[in-house]
Amino acid sequence: MIGRARFAFTVLAFGYAFLYLPIALVITYSFNESRLVTVWAGLSTKWWIALFHNEAMLDAAWLSVRIGLASATLSTVLGLAAGYALARVPRFVGRTLFASLVVAPMVMPEVVMGISMLLLFVGSDQLLGGPARGFLTITIGHVTFSLAFVAIVVQARLADFDRTLEEAAMDLGATPWTTFLTVTLPLLTPALVSGWLLAFTLSLDDLILTQFVAGAQSQTLPMRVYSSVRLGVDPQINVLATIVVAIAASALIASAVLTRRSVDKRAAQ
Amino acid sequence: MSEPIVRIEGLTKRFGEVPAVAGVDLEIARGELFALLGGSGCGKTTLLRMIAGFETPDTGRVIIDGQDMTGVPPHKRPVNMMFQSYALFPHLDVAGNIAYGLKREGVARAEIAQRVAEVLSLVKLDGLGSRRPAQLSGGQRQRVALARALVKRPKLLLLDEPLAALDRKLREGTRFEMVRLQERLGLTFVIVTHDQEEAMSMATRLAVMNAGRIAQTGPPHELYERPASRFVADFIGIANILQTGARRWLALRPEKIVLTSARPATAHVATGQVIDIAYEGDRSLYRVAIENGPVMLVAAMNVARAHGSAHRRGDTVWLGWSDDAGQVLDE
Repeated sequence: MIGRARFAFTVLAFGYAFLYLPIALVITYSFNESRLVTVWAGLSTKWWIALFHNEAMLDAAWLSVRIGLASATLSTVLGLAAGYALARVPRFVGRTLFASLVVAPMVMPEVVMGISMLLLFVGSDQLLGGPARGFLTITIGHVTFSLAFVAIVVQARLADFDRTLEEAAMDLGATPWTTFLTVTLPLLTPALVSGWLLAFTLSLDDLILTQFVAGAQSQTLPMRVYSSVRLGVDPQINVLATIVVAIAASALIASAVLTRRSVDKRAAQ
Repeated sequence: MSEPIVRIEGLTKRFGEVPAVAGVDLEIARGELFALLGGSGCGKTTLLRMIAGFETPDTGRVIIDGQDMTGVPPHKRPVNMMFQSYALFPHLDVAGNIAYGLKREGVARAEIAQRVAEVLSLVKLDGLGSRRPAQLSGGQRQRVALARALVKRPKLLLLDEPLAALDRKLREGTRFEMVRLQERLGLTFVIVTHDQEEAMSMATRLAVMNAGRIAQTGPPHELYERPASRFVADFIGIANILQTGARRWLALRPEKIVLTSARPATAHVATGQVIDIAYEGDRSLYRVAIENGPVMLVAAMNVARAHGSAHRRGDTVWLGWSDDAGQVLDE
């Protein structure tokens, strides 16, 4: 029995090491004194300071955050509508097609989506004279795939939603719209928040699609990192990676806590 | 009966091919505690949901307080419902749940607070206004659901299996409390239940439903003592149904039969052997195989503090009943 437990523990340790050792190394080396990424020369925060004086990098980060906020919010609104239609409208013309189209961007190669969106924006630029490639086009691009994730989260939550709650609201005199605002929406909030966080994270680190739809002037954080790495890895990248990991991890934890809390609430009923 | 609070005319509802409610006519008078009794799938809940407005009938009309409500959505009906699952809003506290319906009416804030406090004390939940539904016991949740419906002062309160989720002891106490409440407030209650004991003890009048139709309507004693059909006789309580001719039966309740060792001096007698005894404490239920006849159920009170039942398995016994002990049926 003990031998088996030890074996299981070893396997687990190797698995975690495989996944997280590189990240741990990146975090450790962000505090490295040396200019060389692979040589440890003592503890220092000089690369952290350097990064916070790196204008280009900070601009890219700010753009990424703005795109993340805008695209996450937009995909939450649209994803809510799509998820609601999928969960609540049992039959409408083209329902099956609609259901597959909503989730298609999750499995579609990003290169394909990138090219098609690029063609779309080039075409609309020629025909309508806009939109200029940059913040707006990147945001639209990100919404196309993160919408799917929100829609699925909302649909799943609505699938096990107790509909007598909505009936009770209507029975007490609420119109269908008031019922949605006062009962359905509050109970969907945890799902919407975790959908929003997911969309935000996806937007923040997307590189492939972004490269197609970004103009010459705009550079998001992943694009900036990618291009600077091609010129040789600077320890500032380690610092940046550490920050990104910290943000992603807190988003993940927040989403897990929210989901857990709503599950507990339902279990307690 | 003056103008009935509910009049249902020729109501039909199908789900696919299956008729859930098949041509129901019903009148419920003001101030009644009316029960819809039936087994699962008999259509009683569908009928209730059509009164509340959650299902649209295929044919027929629902008239509430003199107004045709057939196509009116639930939020515009002067009716409130207490759901079997209680359907309390988990994101609102008890006071918020109760105030929900009043807010939709646009009642002033001060009046809402006052009415919520009133109804909370009516259902004996004073001081629990700030609790969440998840923090309440089953019995307390049942009261919140009741309070939430009562606070709207509806003309008609519909209750879908209001006691089904409570445990047995609590259920019996709550039964009387609900009847008292209904009488005190002078409201009309329509209760859907599968529990005949509940329907019989609470209702002033009840309807027994079978396969989407109403088999019989009447006060509890009438349904028990004068069932109109073999279905009702068999569904309500226990009955010995003896065939007495072509399409003629006699429904005889077990407690209307006397059980003796010697031949009794009643109008009708039969003799047989005890084949089974169910000792229930206050009474015993005997299964007696009549000579060249059916097996009959006879109930006898255990008046003496003897060892168990008065007769034993295998004993030869006499059964006797008077002329008017049973109900003659032709369907």
